[in-house]
Amino acid sequence: MIRVQRDDFDPGLELARLTAGRTDIGGAVLFCGLVREMAGAEARIQAMTLEHYPGMTEKMLGQIEAEALARWPISASLIIHRYGRLMPGERIVLAITCSAHRQAAFEANMFLVDWLKTKAPFWKLEERPDGTAWVEARASDDAAAERWSARSDKAAE
Amino acid sequence: MKILYFAWLRQKIGAGEEDVSPPPSVNSVAALVAWLKAKSPAHAAAFANTQAVRVAINQEFADWSAPVAPGDEIAFFPPVTGG
Repeated sequence: MIRVQRDDFDPGLELARLTAGRTDIGGAVLFCGLVREMAGAEARIQAMTLEHYPGMTEKMLGQIEAEALARWPISASLIIHRYGRLMPGERIVLAITCSAHRQAAFEANMFLVDWLKTKAPFWKLEERPDGTAWVEARASDDAAAERWSARSDKAAE
Repeated sequence: MKILYFAWLRQKIGAGEEDVSPPPSVNSVAALVAWLKAKSPAHAAAFANTQAVRVAINQEFADWSAPVAPGDEIAFFPPVTGG
């Protein structure tokens, strides 16, 4: 399931809803991304505004989730991504993956987050003491996403 | 043809969206960008460094050599930074 919303979410409640009535799930992995105050070694951000491309965002998140379901035996999954102006400490993104066994749940969760960071059309504008700045894409995020491309055959085991 | 701009491209252009009708010779993303750059100084500034610009056609990532046609929704934006 995919949700793109301005409002906050409750990770515990989302996990409870996703697994309600299910007896086939042996493990759930939950990743929650938060707004970090320190943007770099020195820059302290006051707020962050997430812009996105309505329509394409839902489409890409849906494709990423479908890819995870094709690669791992996932019995339930949920991605929630927020947009709008957020303060340090606020939740931005939630990814939950459930499976009969933990390894698939862990791997699929890392995959979802790695891919959404490089493929979902979101952009972050930081408010710093000296003005606003768009966050630049990181090579380390590209590398994290790329490692899943290289092992697509193995993941199907 | 509907053109969308996001993040700093939107700021540099001064609008998030515009409808354009380029001539038939503008049949690829690269040709479209060259045509848009001639529209205004703001467009020229936004597309000054095309290495920093990504494109999606009808909400799918695309290459600069990809074909474009009337009726397409073409979006230009910097590399994504969600998550």
